[in-house]
Amino acid sequence: MSLTVDIEKKLDNFSLKVSFEAGDGVTSLLGASGCGKSMTLRCIAGVATPDRGRIVLDGRVLFDSEKGINIPPQKRNTGFLFQNYALFPNMTVRENILTSVRGGYGAAEKRRMTDEVIERLHLTDVCDLMSSEISGGQMQRTALARIMVNGAEIILLDEPFSALDEHLRFAVENELYGIMRDFSRTVILVSHSRDEVYRLSDRVAVMNGGRIETAGPVREVFRNPRTVCGARLTGVKNIAPATVDGNRILHIPAWGISRELPENTETSGITAAGIRMNDLRAERPDGVCGRFYDFDIVRVTENLFSRTVELGAAGSGDHLPLYWQVAGDGWHHDGRSRISLFVPDDAVMPLRENI
Amino acid sequence: MDLYPLYNSVRIALISTVIIFFAGTAAAYYISRLPRAVKGFLDVILTIPLVLPPTVIGYLLLRGLGPHRLFGEFFMNTFDIRLTMTWWSTVIATSVVSFPLMYRSCRGAFESFDTNIADAARTLGHGGTFIFWRLMLPVCRSGIIAGMVLSFARALGEYGATSMVSGYIPGETATVSTTVYQLWRTENDELAMKWVLINLLISFTVLFFMNMLENRRRKI
Repeated sequence: MSLTVDIEKKLDNFSLKVSFEAGDGVTSLLGASGCGKSMTLRCIAGVATPDRGRIVLDGRVLFDSEKGINIPPQKRNTGFLFQNYALFPNMTVRENILTSVRGGYGAAEKRRMTDEVIERLHLTDVCDLMSSEISGGQMQRTALARIMVNGAEIILLDEPFSALDEHLRFAVENELYGIMRDFSRTVILVSHSRDEVYRLSDRVAVMNGGRIETAGPVREVFRNPRTVCGARLTGVKNIAPATVDGNRILHIPAWGISRELPENTETSGITAAGIRMNDLRAERPDGVCGRFYDFDIVRVTENLFSRTVELGAAGSGDHLPLYWQVAGDGWHHDGRSRISLFVPDDAVMPLRENI
Repeated sequence: MDLYPLYNSVRIALISTVIIFFAGTAAAYYISRLPRAVKGFLDVILTIPLVLPPTVIGYLLLRGLGPHRLFGEFFMNTFDIRLTMTWWSTVIATSVVSFPLMYRSCRGAFESFDTNIADAARTLGHGGTFIFWRLMLPVCRSGIIAGMVLSFARALGEYGATSMVSGYIPGETATVSTTVYQLWRTENDELAMKWVLINLLISFTVLFFMNMLENRRRKI
């Protein structure tokens, strides 16, 4: 199972130009709203048409502008889960699923398939209610049930949790995760939430302004996002201008921090550096390269389960803040105004403006 | 009292409502999918009967349908059919006059239809027929019914275009509205008043029905 996408499309404010491959498992497109990630999904499903390019699903060409191929959405077998689920509002949950059974099955067989998926997705209690009368989580399961009985070869999830209340999200996410694992084919998830992406996906492509900036296995991309925008999207709060000298030393003047980059690092184009606010340490962990730096404590913010400490390079009045987040019981502010923190070398990520 | 005008008015209104249902929904469906510039232009053309005086519409229709005009002559020569001064020529007049009410009401309903629903149907393998008949029409039901009731009422009370295209022939082209005028003109006040009361009753019923629909929609 694999999907290859290489498309261009002119949009109102920018042009979309994406190219990626996705295999089995969940591949995420992570980006701010309006970066073209939803449009990419729509192009894969065939409800939007790219200006140029090629889309191939399991060796089946869905779109090829050069050969003039554009398979209609009805024949693409893509399961598209819309942000608002797009259930048929004039039908019950059961009718929604029943009308979506694809293939030349008899009426009895269609009903059996519908009943089976209703049971599997725990919709039995609500299957005779109108699809507008059920909860957000149930709507999502109904939309998934439609996709399942439709025989989709790939599932496209467009911000699947954004329409849900905060307190429902966690449970629904776990449920969806289970269903996606069972599906065991290609799943493309579009999201602006780095937490969702980190938890749900195997691979991630970070999108910005219609382009893919960084792509790779999810852990790798989060450890080294490579671009300033990638760093921001993956949740790096501390980003500052930086330079690399002839000895491959990365300097961040605003915080007085520097580190040596590994020998094979490509140093050209590096203009900034980022540090995750959870990566600073009060003590040196065993066997980790790095060193201690002195910082002024500017402000301590109490969060529900953690503290965020705003730091500045020691002795400099006008500073670019460096944030340190520490678990609630990990550190207590005893009123002092200066602190020495350990900055692991690996935590200082060299960043480029773009690739 | 001869009830032919009532029978004639009702059948004319019913037939033109059926015609308008198809014409109005089809026009609204295709026009709501057109690019904006074309849409604006066609919208003006299709809505203009709403703001033109009915006599102007009647005049324009006569210019085309009259026995010596383009369409009128063609139908006369090929099918031996007169397009004016018959009861069903009134249907043409009332359809044109009340068409914009249906068209605008449907277009509003179609434009508020969530396009994601149609897109979802497409990815699930459904074609345009399913989307139109099984999704758009049922979902936009209340807007369409409101449009139909309004155009029915408009067709029932049409006078200007009707009297120009079909005139007043008792037992043939006489409708409630032309009968009232005719009776008043011939100073038959008593009978005119009866027809006025009948007209009031019909209008009252139609509006009552409209409000009932509206209330039901709110409850849903």
